[in-house]
Amino acid sequence: MARVTDAPKVVTANRLQDGAVVWLDRAGVWSTNVAEAEVHAEATGTEAALAVARASAARQEVVEPYAIDVVVTEGAAPQPVKVREQIRAAGPSIDAIPVGFAA
Amino acid sequence: MSPSAAATRPLDPPKDLPDSTAGIYHYDQVDRQFLRERVEQFRRQVDRRLSGELTEDEFKPLRLMNGLYLQLHAYMLRIAVPYGVLTSRQLSQLAHIARVYDKGFGHFTTRQNLQLNWIKLVDVPAILDLLAAVDLHAIQTSGNCIRNVTSDQFAGVADDEVVDPRHYAEVLRQWSTLHPEFTFLPRKFKIAITGSATDRAAVCIHDVGLLVKRDADGRVGFEVYVGGGLGRTPFIGKKLRDFLPEDELIAYLEAVLRVYNAYGRRDNIYKARIKILVHELGIDTFRQEVEAEYARMSPETYRLDAAIIDGIRARFASQPYEALPPVSGALGRARLEDHTFNRWVRTNVAAHRQPGYAIATITLKPAGGIPGDASADQMDAIATLADRYSFGELRVTHEQNLVLAHVRQDDLHALWKELSKIGFGEANSGLITDIIACPGLDYCALANARSIPLAQRISERFADLDRQHDIGELKIKISGCINACGHHHVGHIGILGVDKKGVEAYQLTLGGTAATEGAIGDILGPAMSADEALDAIEGVVGVYLERRQDGERFLDTLTRIGHTPFKDKVYAAH
Repeated sequence: MARVTDAPKVVTANRLQDGAVVWLDRAGVWSTNVAEAEVHAEATGTEAALAVARASAARQEVVEPYAIDVVVTEGAAPQPVKVREQIRAAGPSIDAIPVGFAA
Repeated sequence: MSPSAAATRPLDPPKDLPDSTAGIYHYDQVDRQFLRERVEQFRRQVDRRLSGELTEDEFKPLRLMNGLYLQLHAYMLRIAVPYGVLTSRQLSQLAHIARVYDKGFGHFTTRQNLQLNWIKLVDVPAILDLLAAVDLHAIQTSGNCIRNVTSDQFAGVADDEVVDPRHYAEVLRQWSTLHPEFTFLPRKFKIAITGSATDRAAVCIHDVGLLVKRDADGRVGFEVYVGGGLGRTPFIGKKLRDFLPEDELIAYLEAVLRVYNAYGRRDNIYKARIKILVHELGIDTFRQEVEAEYARMSPETYRLDAAIIDGIRARFASQPYEALPPVSGALGRARLEDHTFNRWVRTNVAAHRQPGYAIATITLKPAGGIPGDASADQMDAIATLADRYSFGELRVTHEQNLVLAHVRQDDLHALWKELSKIGFGEANSGLITDIIACPGLDYCALANARSIPLAQRISERFADLDRQHDIGELKIKISGCINACGHHHVGHIGILGVDKKGVEAYQLTLGGTAATEGAIGDILGPAMSADEALDAIEGVVGVYLERRQDGERFLDTLTRIGHTPFKDKVYAAH
């Protein structure tokens, strides 16, 4: 079980239809941009957001929502703490198309 | 479909398709009907999931049985390539799917499969339709069942082969497909089979490894190994039978699977693989259990009749080889005149049993490239080359490369020039840049660290072919987590990605090998950063080059001088 921390949190999931990484925003709507994620400083806010997310999962919109720790810097998007979540937010750290061939 | 059903059906090898001479098992209408029904079944399951009739918990095992994972960024579809053999038409279809439904590339895996990393759930039924149209599917590429059977990429053509393992691999495929008793095993179950004394299929690290051979009277049988595997607790397989007669293959494997099904741990996922059962019981007790189960079975019910093998063998096309001199003068001249090509022949070309022909390995490992990745355009180009030079047939290797198995020696130079145009002419098969790497944390939901960027940096660091060829055979294998999809335990240099207090780190092992008999590498020392790992590999290679004696490969030197000089070099600054 993941360790509970008191760091700021955002709620994330994968979209059911295409698996895309999504973040829950202030309006309770899923966004594909982490910059639009609502950040929760307190556990009560996180729990409320997770309740919204679980209801969304029950409507077959997303799969397995959960909360992650982020670092908040003024003027910047929330930065996930864990490398795994940073990669989910930003995409693979590598070029997708293999090198060495131009059609 | 049972093997016996296959044997009794009329043969209808395709006549007019470009791949009609590819050495694969050719489907008939029964096979195709089964695939169509399976696609329709999954289409309904997807519809029910999207409508909410199925929850994720209910749907997950269904999608996994069709090779569909939910990874970090999207769904990933793992497409089965049975024992690693593809037709050019199939590869072109895979390219088409990658182009239309993914981001224009695919990833060949250590299980000889192809993975597409950017799949949408809603598109999967259409993709499965396209796969079924060319006799492909994604069945049993995931889940706790018998997975896609893997084999020697040189099967049927290697000059050191005793028995062609493809026919038995096909028997195993038909036997294990939707086998009701083995659909919910304690954990996944992987079988590899080879017919050569030289193990190119990593048989030693599979749940069951089979070596097809002949006894003194020429009869076919199987050397059976059990309990090999990597992951958290790596083991080399232990010999269960020295010579299992051909007709007992299915019965005996049923007995092995039944013992595993009965006694395998279902309470702890980390102890659920058969390797743990074999280890805890001991091979002698495990063997007794298997033999006792075997004795209770009806030999006639499970007997693998020679007619079944013959029926399956007949459904494999044979290649219309030309009568050629054993050695090509054109090849000899090209090797003398073109040094870079000569190097490629040295590393990427193997002897063929048919005079005048050769086996060409296409390493999907260009300098700085992603191991095992090919773009849709590259796949199309390779399919065209397979048509032109290899009877429309390709092989996928567990080392994430492709093989053209029937190339006229006369054609090798032209083939290599074409491969060079698409970035796959690198003369590095078996060398330090021929790296195995799992998708790692860039894609995989299980990973702790990235694999691909480190593989790319190693590839760039050692890109100089003079240096690579001077170093010689050296296999680096990288896994992004302890599940070991990158086979790091059996790398000459293995690299395991770990999470060290939230930071990616890499632990090195030395001395592993998946070649005949196999060995698990030993951990060199504490994990380090990617930068340090890159320098550590440089250091390890440096010690080898300083200390090697004439003719010694890396593993030979390591065996002779031990780990200490390497460890001292890597950790000198710590």
